[in-house]
Amino acid sequence: MSEQAHATTGTYLRIAAILVMVTLIEVGVFYVPAFQSVLVPVLLVLSALKFVLVVLFYMHLKFDNKFFAFLFGGPLLLAVGVMIGLLFLFFGAVRLRSGA
Amino acid sequence: MSHAPPPPTSMGLDSRKMAFWAFIGSECLLFGSLISTYLIYKGRSLVGPYPHDVLNIPFTSFSTFDLLMSSLAMVLALAAVQRGDMRQGKLWLFVTALLGMVFLGGQVYEFSSFVHEGLGLTTNLFGSTFYVLTGTHGAHVTVGVIWLLTLWVQALRGKLGPQQAVTVEITGLYWHFVDVVWIVIFTLVYLIQ
Repeated sequence: MSEQAHATTGTYLRIAAILVMVTLIEVGVFYVPAFQSVLVPVLLVLSALKFVLVVLFYMHLKFDNKFFAFLFGGPLLLAVGVMIGLLFLFFGAVRLRSGA
Repeated sequence: MSHAPPPPTSMGLDSRKMAFWAFIGSECLLFGSLISTYLIYKGRSLVGPYPHDVLNIPFTSFSTFDLLMSSLAMVLALAAVQRGDMRQGKLWLFVTALLGMVFLGGQVYEFSSFVHEGLGLTTNLFGSTFYVLTGTHGAHVTVGVIWLLTLWVQALRGKLGPQQAVTVEITGLYWHFVDVVWIVIFTLVYLIQ
């Protein structure tokens, strides 16, 4: 079997604590008016951090065979690429229309 | 139910895990398309209610906390089953399913309060894209809860042990995926309005 040793219970608890703290920061940032100008990038970074922590430690991708990472990461990158492409397509179209 | 493990792939990997990771990859594309649709139509509703009229951030933050804790319970269940501690395994499997049911209860409450405030599936673009995205996620949570309860009943009947740890691990992969999808939805739909 290609699997290596998984994380310990202590690691799982620490990850859970980090996830809760990051969620609290996200909600806090949402309510603080001073952060409104940087709200979107800050929230995207915090959300990506939570996503990566769950995938690496709770889904064990950090410890498992790299081929599983490829099976997950490939479609994930494709989905993100399609999402960004569609957003550029639609919001670019809005800008062109309003500029005309 | 067969107790013989399936043959490994030519790479020596567990064929069930490999198939399930491929399935999760396809789910990324499904949710990617639903999230893209929500974002594209964001702010284009001609009539209300609009997101800031109905979305309840404190309530949804609790739901997010609940789902994160269910992921913790799931890894603790898997760790217990892998070391043969079925007493803990049963407990954490049930806690995971219970937290999933709490999340679903919150979603039912949220949807019904939105309908009371005048937001239906066909009211506007926000309603259509919001209900389809979060409803699809809720359907996935429902499948996960049924799956977890099935495992829990198997464990109660003594039919789940360390030999079936891969089955629990695959259930966990599904459950954590549902969790990471919610992490994205919480940020893109609720917090970035």
